[in-house]
Amino acid sequence: MSSRCPERRWVLGAVALWAVTLGGCERERRGFHDRVPGTPALSMVRQSDLQPGPRTADAAVPSPYDDNAYAVSEGKRLFNQYNCSGCHFQGGGGIGPPLMDAEWIYGSEPQNIFATIVEGRPNGMPSFRHRIPDQQVWQLVAYVRSMSGLLAKDVAPGRSDDMQVTAQEQQTTKEHPVKSAVPPSTQRP
Amino acid sequence: MTTLADSVAWIGGHSVHVPDGPVALLLDRLGDYMYAVSAVLWVLVTAALLWAVFRRRAEGEDPNDPARERRMQRTVTLAVAASAAILFVFLFLSYDTSRAMTGRPAGEPLQIRVTGHQWWWEVEYRDSLPQHWATTANEIHVPVGRPVVFDFRSSDVNHSFWVPQLGGKRDLIPGQETSLWFRADTAGVYRGQCAEFCGYQHAKMAFEVIAEPPPRFAEWLVQQRDTAATPTDSLAQRGQLVFVTSPCVMCHSISGTTAGSRIGPDLTHIASRRTIAAGTLLNTQGNLFAWITDPQGLKPGTRMPATQLGPKDLAAVVAYLETLR
Repeated sequence: MSSRCPERRWVLGAVALWAVTLGGCERERRGFHDRVPGTPALSMVRQSDLQPGPRTADAAVPSPYDDNAYAVSEGKRLFNQYNCSGCHFQGGGGIGPPLMDAEWIYGSEPQNIFATIVEGRPNGMPSFRHRIPDQQVWQLVAYVRSMSGLLAKDVAPGRSDDMQVTAQEQQTTKEHPVKSAVPPSTQRP
Repeated sequence: MTTLADSVAWIGGHSVHVPDGPVALLLDRLGDYMYAVSAVLWVLVTAALLWAVFRRRAEGEDPNDPARERRMQRTVTLAVAASAAILFVFLFLSYDTSRAMTGRPAGEPLQIRVTGHQWWWEVEYRDSLPQHWATTANEIHVPVGRPVVFDFRSSDVNHSFWVPQLGGKRDLIPGQETSLWFRADTAGVYRGQCAEFCGYQHAKMAFEVIAEPPPRFAEWLVQQRDTAATPTDSLAQRGQLVFVTSPCVMCHSISGTTAGSRIGPDLTHIASRRTIAAGTLLNTQGNLFAWITDPQGLKPGTRMPATQLGPKDLAAVVAYLETLR
């Protein structure tokens, strides 16, 4: 059949190519007016396995930007502009703990990272409550998670605007987060 | 009607055909010359084409006559040679013009550093004394009759600095310094615009060049060097407190307060500027309210996030900003 009308192959090929390129359109939505879960929704976030009495269930707060490349790249910009890298460096850690490894003192779930940014943590992490708007905090959360490969590869940033100092988040191998069982106060003397 | 009058006035401040100052005049002359020559050539070429289309072969004319073929060959060769010659003249003239534009101007020029950001312009007047530095945004004051040398940087992507009435364009390239000079000979307001696509709000990345008589410019510069005015009335005082305890301080600075971040425009003298948000809105009370409450609605994608302030706090912040003359 195809040998009888070779044009048909070309047409089919062109249609297939067109269909593939269509996939690039409207890849995602850039949310400028997003209503994101705010601080009140997060007041019950558990940060540690240690708690009095029987274990209670985690409150699940969906991260709005784990699948949005634009928001993650905004997070990457804010990470430097708000001087997160002043302590965490480019995720490798220095004054503050590293963010690109598997170890999470206060939890790796999006709501844990959100709470850490908003509430601050002992031994140096300042509270950014009423400083960074909730939407930008969620963008930072998504970016921080991309550092240890917790986001999909097509969402994590593929290049830096400035001089590149670490491997791209896109190329990071996925870490398997472990929650630290050691009480945070003894971790960093 | 007002909008029509406004837009006509706006075109008046933004046209390559109303040049002011030596650089713009040179460019305008080059443009006019090229336009005139091209217009004449277009008429000639079109006439030749029409003649060829409508011409009929004469009775008994031999299309294969070698003499005729030679004549045609000669005409085409002459036309090609003339085209090349005209192009060489154009080349020489534009080379000459750009040489005159890029050299260092005579006299003692004023130095201004301009940094392009997505999507606004940071303008710094530096001095050998650091306490005399002044920083503003989206508004460049220059003295009439004195050449101004700009050095350009970019903090993110390529931008391009263009004031049609005063001079040429220059790209702002990250990691590379570029420069440009011009001189304004008439006092007035000249509109400038980013001329290199730089992202979502490229179209709303405008600025104004305000050319003033030298004494007035000197006065302005002294005022811009000052730290911010301390608010006296209670509403503005509350506004200052709200400002330094709100997300505003993550990006903006107001000298003399604890707000010292350099991500967004310096607001030390914001009330003295004509526009906000890089020429997007006139600097009025209503627009300040609108901009703080809903920047993403007015300029989608802008780096300024919506700030959730209560109505009283918002009014206080606006009152405070309006005292920053």
